[in-house]
Amino acid sequence: MPDATREILRVADLHAFYGESHVLHGVDFIVSEGELVTLLGRNGAGRTTTLKAVLGLVDRRSGSISVGGAETVALPPHRIARLGIGYCPEERGIFSSLTVEENLLLLPEVGAGGMPLDEIYEMFPNLRGRGATQGTRLSGGEQQMLALARILRTGARLLLLDEITEGLAPVIVQSLGDAIRRLKEHGFTIVMVEQNFRFAAPLADRHYVMEHGRVIEMIRKEELEGKMAALHEYLGV
Amino acid sequence: MSEVFGIPIQAFLGQLLIGLINGSFYAILSLGLAVIFGLLNIINFTHGAQYMMGAFVAWMGLKYLGINYWAALLLSPLVVGLTGVVIERLCLRRLYQLDHLYGLLLTFGLALVVEGLFRQGYGISGLSYPVPKLLQGGENLGFMYLPIYRAWVVVASLVVCFGTWYVIERTKLGAYLRAGTENPRLLQAFGINVPVMVTLTYGFGVALAAFAGVLAAPIYQVNPVMGSNLVIVVFAVVVIGGMGSIFGSIVTGLGLGVVEGLTKVFYPEASAVVVFVIMALVLLVRPAGLFGREA
Repeated sequence: MPDATREILRVADLHAFYGESHVLHGVDFIVSEGELVTLLGRNGAGRTTTLKAVLGLVDRRSGSISVGGAETVALPPHRIARLGIGYCPEERGIFSSLTVEENLLLLPEVGAGGMPLDEIYEMFPNLRGRGATQGTRLSGGEQQMLALARILRTGARLLLLDEITEGLAPVIVQSLGDAIRRLKEHGFTIVMVEQNFRFAAPLADRHYVMEHGRVIEMIRKEELEGKMAALHEYLGV
Repeated sequence: MSEVFGIPIQAFLGQLLIGLINGSFYAILSLGLAVIFGLLNIINFTHGAQYMMGAFVAWMGLKYLGINYWAALLLSPLVVGLTGVVIERLCLRRLYQLDHLYGLLLTFGLALVVEGLFRQGYGISGLSYPVPKLLQGGENLGFMYLPIYRAWVVVASLVVCFGTWYVIERTKLGAYLRAGTENPRLLQAFGINVPVMVTLTYGFGVALAAFAGVLAAPIYQVNPVMGSNLVIVVFAVVVIGGMGSIFGSIVTGLGLGVVEGLTKVFYPEASAVVVFVIMALVLLVRPAGLFGREA
């Protein structure tokens, strides 16, 4: 059972840079074990950069990022991933020179108790029997499923998911929603960057609202209704 | 039948064999360049010098330490590969974020330095390396005389080339390499130590060049500039095959060796330029090379 009092990810005063441009200006947030948290905000608010900064994929970063209690701000990306993080990038990151099976089996184990392949195929039946297909020949929705499936195999317990519903048909979005719900039941800790608020709202325990490279507000699930007006203001919808 | 297109069959087959041998060297060398370019984005102009070092290390091993050919075939690529590892760690690593031109200049400069050092030590006239006992002599096939060592060069190259191709295209290790070639940052975010992979890949590419150098030692004179003549053609081969294409570099290397050899039979005047003419034509029709992917 996940221990909701245990902090899996604690980000404090995080600054991140691409070359000379200063993108994050002191981001703070906390994610506890088994929680599903979203980062909301307009385009350019720094949500994707926040995920990348946690993984060490920005040019420079400062502040503190602790993953399961270990400080990672000075670690190279491959060491950070090994602490048990699974990453699903915005552009999905399916390797075109690898087959579906190679993509699925590529990632090294980063923790114990990864999901067995049977269970992965049960969750994403579209991937079954497609092993020899070139990774990027799959449809957009199937590629998204593959991008999720491959990180479940690794034993990662903290999943960083960037815009997984972007550009997908409603029926696919719905099945992704089912998958996320099941992952939550399995006790995964999830941080989602999501433009599709209607997809994220019923799944998430808490929402962090970002603006200009900072977290400006935290909204709990049960406060959501009362704060919808303010949220609309923040998101400009 | 004793003639092919009016050419005596002995001459024809003789040139075909020479073409295959040259093609074997083109294939191993361009394969190394392709592997390095794929992952490091570095056009390794030191490749010719590293091929030469392979031959020299074998020669020095025999002369000073009594290391025989077979041991040299393993040890020389290892030693030269290690120098590659050092070069990657100390120099190349600093250039990945910069334009191709910087890597090209650095590796070209290194080639000049290395060749200069060997020239200083051993002069320009070639040193000879004996053919190992087991591979001396030849076989009379009836229609031509086949020197055993030359047949060995072709077979050994093919085994190494296709072994490399197999590892890259069909194994987990190769999957890491392909994924790293495509998106190194993402691969590292998945937990793979990409910097170490890059270092080892460069070392491996360099070791391939040195392996070719050892194979070449008993056929050609071992001398400090043996690589710089060869490497120009090899770069043309890489361009024709398509930068970074593994299979393309092997097939194009062998194919062009044969084309070059046959040109010597039919129109000897053109044999020195035929590869470059083909390169120009390929660039006109398929700028990414025969096997390259359009960017």
